[in-house]
Parts: sequence; C-alpha cells; structure tokens
Amino acid sequence: MSARTLPLLFLNLGGEMLYILDQRLRAQSIPGEKARKDEWTDVDRKRVMNDIISTMFNRKFMEELFKPQELYSKKALRTVYDRLAHASIMRLNQASMDKLYDLMTMAFKYQVLLCPRPRDILLVTFNHLDAIKDFIYESPGILNQVDETFRQLIETYNCLSDGEFQLIRQTLLIFFQDMHIRVSIFLKDKVQNSNGRFALPISGPVPWGTEVPGLIRIFNHKGVEVKRTEFTTAGNYITPQREGSFELYGDRVLKLGTNMYSVSRPVETHVAGSSKNLASCAKENTVPNPLAKEELNFLARLLGGLDIQKPAGGETGFRLNLFTSDEEEEHAAQTRPEDLSYKVINIEATQEPGRRAELSRILGELEVEEPRPGSAGKGEDLLALMDGL
Amino acid sequence: PRCPVRRAGAPRPRSRFGLARGPGPPRGRGPPRPAPGTATQRHTGWRPAPGTPYRREGALSLRSSSSALYNNLTVLCPPARPPRAFGAVHGTTLSLLGPEGPPRQLPARGAGSALSTPLLTQAAWCELPARVLLVLTSQRGVQMYEADGSTLVFWHALDIPEHPAAHSVFARGISAAGERFICVGTSSGAVLVFDIPPKGTNVTLSEVLEQHRDPVTDIAAEQGQAPEGAGDLVTADDSGTLCLWSTGEEFTQLGKIPGSGCTCSSVTLWNGIVAAGYGNGQIRLWEAGTGQLRAQVSAHARWIYALDLAPLTGKLLSGAEDSFVHVWKLSRDPDTGDVEIQHCHAECVTDTQVCGARFCDPAGDTFAVTGYDLSEILCY
Repeated sequence: MSARTLPLLFLNLGGEMLYILDQRLRAQSIPGEKARKDEWTDVDRKRVMNDIISTMFNRKFMEELFKPQELYSKKALRTVYDRLAHASIMRLNQASMDKLYDLMTMAFKYQVLLCPRPRDILLVTFNHLDAIKDFIYESPGILNQVDETFRQLIETYNCLSDGEFQLIRQTLLIFFQDMHIRVSIFLKDKVQNSNGRFALPISGPVPWGTEVPGLIRIFNHKGVEVKRTEFTTAGNYITPQREGSFELYGDRVLKLGTNMYSVSRPVETHVAGSSKNLASCAKENTVPNPLAKEELNFLARLLGGLDIQKPAGGETGFRLNLFTSDEEEEHAAQTRPEDLSYKVINIEATQEPGRRAELSRILGELEVEEPRPGSAGKGEDLLALMDGL
Repeated sequence: PRCPVRRAGAPRPRSRFGLARGPGPPRGRGPPRPAPGTATQRHTGWRPAPGTPYRREGALSLRSSSSALYNNLTVLCPPARPPRAFGAVHGTTLSLLGPEGPPRQLPARGAGSALSTPLLTQAAWCELPARVLLVLTSQRGVQMYEADGSTLVFWHALDIPEHPAAHSVFARGISAAGERFICVGTSSGAVLVFDIPPKGTNVTLSEVLEQHRDPVTDIAAEQGQAPEGAGDLVTADDSGTLCLWSTGEEFTQLGKIPGSGCTCSSVTLWNGIVAAGYGNGQIRLWEAGTGQLRAQVSAHARWIYALDLAPLTGKLLSGAEDSFVHVWKLSRDPDTGDVEIQHCHAECVTDTQVCGARFCDPAGDTFAVTGYDLSEILCY
C-alpha cells in the first residue's frame, strides 16, 4: 500500500544476504598459500563482498529503487537477489539460493515484527548499512556509494510521520504474511517457536515515546487531574534508556538488524510446507500481478547495466554452498516442498544494447503455461508469462 | 438510572423507512434504554455476575490469516439468532465466517490494467435501521455488499493518479451514521458520506467532509445517547486529530480535538464520551461536547489496533500489538460528572500482535479477537 516500502525492503534483505554470505565465505575459506584452485581465500571473499555491494548500491539502480512504486511480487524480488548474488565470481546452486532467500526473508520478517515503533524500521536499515560499510571500509569508492544511499534514506524517510511508517510496516507485513519457515538459529535462541511463529516478548523496554502500562489518570471538566489509579497485567515492562540515532553516524541502540551470524554457528533452515495455509498461498500465486510490465522493464534496466564477472579461463567459477556438505545441498533440493519453491527465472545476462533485446531474451527463457482465466490485454500476458513459472 | 440530557430543540428526524427490527437498544437518539439486568435485555435474559472473569471459549478457523491492519475484525450480531458472522481482511480478500455454510472470501475490486490487485484496508458490517450492508475499503475504492456478501450493491472508485505518488491512496475507516448514512474515510483526509436507500442499489454520495489533513484511520457513531451539543459522529486520523460531527441532510462539524502527531488508530463514541486508542499505547477519553480530556490510560506497551464498545454496559475493549486485549468499564460519576474508567480484565494472546477485537453482544459479555498471521478468531 505504501509506495515507499521497496527501498527499505530491498536494503534490509540485501543486508541480511550479505551477513549470510560473509559468514559462509569465512566458514569455507582456506588460508591463501594453502588453497587449491577451486577453494576460497580471504582475498576471494573480500572481492565477492565488494562486487555484490557495489552492484547493490549502483547509483542508477538506487535511483530506480527510490521512485515511489508498489512492492514487487515475491518472485520478481527473488529474481533480483538471484542476480545480485551472482554479480561476482561466486556461484550458488538452486538449493543454496533457496536457503539463502529463506534465511533473508525470515530474518527481516522477524525484525519488522519486533520493531518497537514503526519508525524503528529505519534504525534497522541503518544497522544493516553500518555493517555493510564495515565490509567495504577499505574501498573508498564503494563506501561513497553506500554513504550516498544513506543520505538519500535520511532525506526520504526522516521526515515521515509515525502513521506513514506504520503504513510502510503494514505493507511489509502483508508481504511477509504466512511465511513460517523455521530457522535453526532462531529456534536455538528461542526467538522462534517450533511451529515457525516468532516469540513476542511481553517484557523489556517499551518503545521510545510509550509509557509503561498501568496508570489511569482522571481529569475533571477543568482539566485538573483529580485521581490516579493503577492496574497490573502479566507484562513486565521498563522505561527505555535512550532513543537510537537517525543521523549518518550514531548509536542506533536497537539490536535488530545487526549481524547475528558468526562463523561458529552454522545456520540451517527447516523448510516445512505450511499445510494450513496452502489454499491462501496457492491463491496468491495464481492471482496475476499486472505490475509485471513495470517489473520487467526495471529488471531489464538492472540486468542491462550490470557488469557481470565472467570467471577467468573458462572455469565455472567458485561455488558457495549454504549447507554444510554437497550431499546435504542435493538432499535439500530434492525434498523442498512444492508450495515453497520460488521458481526463479534463470537468466544468462550479457551486455547487449537495447531494452527490447533483454526483454525478449527473458521471455525466451520463460516457460509458457496455459493462459490464465480472466487475463486480458498485453500487460497481463507478459505478467502471466512471468508468473507462470 | 441516570440519563444524559437529550439535545433540546431539534426535532428527532423521522426515519423515512421506520424501524425494521423489533424492540432493542436504540442507536443514536432514541428512547431511554432498559437498565442492564432486566428482562427486556435483547440478547439473553441471563447475565453473569459483575466481576466474573472472561474465559477462552474456543477458536473459529478462517480460510486465511489476518493482515496487520487497524480494526481488522468485524462481527455481525443479529438480534434474534445467537450465531454470528465474522470477517477479517487478508491482503486482497475478506475472509468471511458465517453462521451457516463454509467460510468464504470476498475479493477486492478494481484491478486496472496498470495496477496490481488492490489490497483491502478494512471491512465492516454497517447496521442501519432498514438494512445491513457489508462495506469493504481498499486501495481503489469502496465496495458495499448485502450483509451476507452475496450481492454487490454499490462501488465507488477513488481518484487514482496515473503513476504512484509518494502519498498512498486508499479508503479506510467505516461507520454507519445518522440512521441512513454510511461514512468512509480516505487517505487524503476526506470523509465520504453515502446516502443509503432502504433497499436497492441507488446509493448516492451525499457529501464530502474535508476537515482532516492526514489519512483517516477510523470513524465511529454515537452508540448511546448524545448529550446536548456533543454530536453523534467522530472521525480520527493519522495525526491524532479527532473531529466531532452532527449528522443529517448536511453534516455539521461541531468540534475538533487537535492531535499531537501520535496516530489515533481506533475510536468509539458513547454517551458523549470519545474513547480513542493511540500509537503510543494510550487510551484517552475526551468529552465530545467540549473537547476536554477526561482520562488518560497507559493501556498498552505497543500500538493500539482496535477498540470496541458495548453500549449496554459501557465496557470498552482494546487490542494492541503488544499481544494484550484489555476490557475496561466506562462510566460517569452522577455527582461530579467526571468520567471514570476502570480496568476489568486482561488477556494475553501469546505470540500474537492483535489487530482486531470486537464485542459479540451489546452487553460485552463475549468478545472475539484476531491477530497478524493468525488464521483463527479467538472467542472469549
């Protein structure tokens, strides 16, 4: 509903993706002098992170992103991250990419849900950006790009009212609705229940600007306070110490959006089909998203502008595995429930002039399903193609 | 029982189509209500002793989970039959649960060629003397159906700009008003007043009220008896501003309570008392006639999403993102005229951000709750 949601969604999901990739790259890296040709070194890791971050914060891309627009469908957004993850020498199999996307989305869903105030989503975004700046502090060019985006965020969002932030939050929650993928790091920390739902605490600091519940004040017709009473509930709240900073630099106070992964904690996801809401999921997937024409144009622009790294010497590139072994990855690919498959477009992006060429190649790669009932008009045909995967 | 003073002078507008229902609690201006506990109670003859705690009675399954939207639960309590109907919005559809038949879904209307399937913002049954309509508001406009959702009675499209603007466009805030109107709020702050015929589809846009400068969040009509000069309709918006209106052929604005930047997401009006729920978790009670603040409650630890009032007893229900649902009791001290509010009951809906809460009977002995991502309606 809010036309200002996409930048926040994109940047936060991107931030989570970088946390996970960084952790996996570190976990799989080998000291430089001992590494074989197909193994990761620290230098490779930094190169991958640099490539992805500089693509993500590409100026033209950011310009498009910040234009007021409706949110993309889950499939379209997933495709963008697929491209992003491959904007380097790194390669991910479908199963690993699926797992990556599961982790990213559940993490951000958790952060949005637990934000004390809707405005704190901005602090979560700043936490992600602060961490991203840490990843590339040695590259002043990319650092500049990130700072530019930071400034654009401040300019666009700092002046919004609480009501507008709540609308953004509600739009994000609709996007994440019915997603209950279980993430092992969340389950271990008791942040997520075994049924996939997040644990919502009823204790701790109240949001900045809210009072601890319990007080009733009565005023007479002249506005003078005449009575005070109290009530108690099961909640156990305290007043917050201070507010987070919304400036370019500062203590954000909020921990949501900071890196919760570390090398020693492998992250697994349990991908259980949500049997209860199959009806609603299936229904959502078949409803045409007529925005696809816009989405395809945008994607085409993005793809056309990307400088794709081709692995040197005809090698297939370094493969990153999100699982702890190749067998596990293979098993995950085979056992992923049907209703949770993302069915992403596999696009071979090369540099070619003209948007039409790009679009026709995208279309050429798509599988055409039977026409959807009720769809009419060119825009919806394109959409049907895009969504019918 | 004490009765607030009725508005003197103005003759009570005669309903063009008379009352379609049997005797029951009046809406808006009407004869004095029977005292609670007497045999003329409309719902059941029996009421629990005061102070009896609520207990969880069960859960009803919805076809899809509820979205995180303000006031996202509507309940239809027909006077004669105890079984009720429920509705909660899920994204682009309204999940309906009726007394008979399987659960159904009503979609949002108005998907244009360049725009995606619109999202619904709210749904509410509007009970007028002559008929009951089910009203849905979305990013595109206002849909009105017969009470069972079977027939579309009326569709009003909002002006949608060609390209998405920074400010979102949607309708939100629904209430029956003045015995023959339905009022719907919009994101521009305008309140649309629709004149509803006793039957048929000849609904007309009677007036557009333009006093709010921020998106409207909720609208509520007087459910008891309005004291003189108090008005019978209240509208609320994102900045916390409340406007008091007197309904009729032409709506008159009687007062404005300026907001302080904190969103008022839900509002009720009863016996000239405005009860408003805010984004900072506070409930405030305002004197509708004077705009004076009469009570301030630090009720919730997070954004309040729903308020409801039981007109027979003055019970107030509040639900918020903090997982809590509270029941309060509003009253007025006969000697001082001071407004009182007491806490009656608290329920914690574990791990759920409550987005809808409604009483299921006019005395407030039962209520229903739903929350974000919850595919159930919990009954207490």
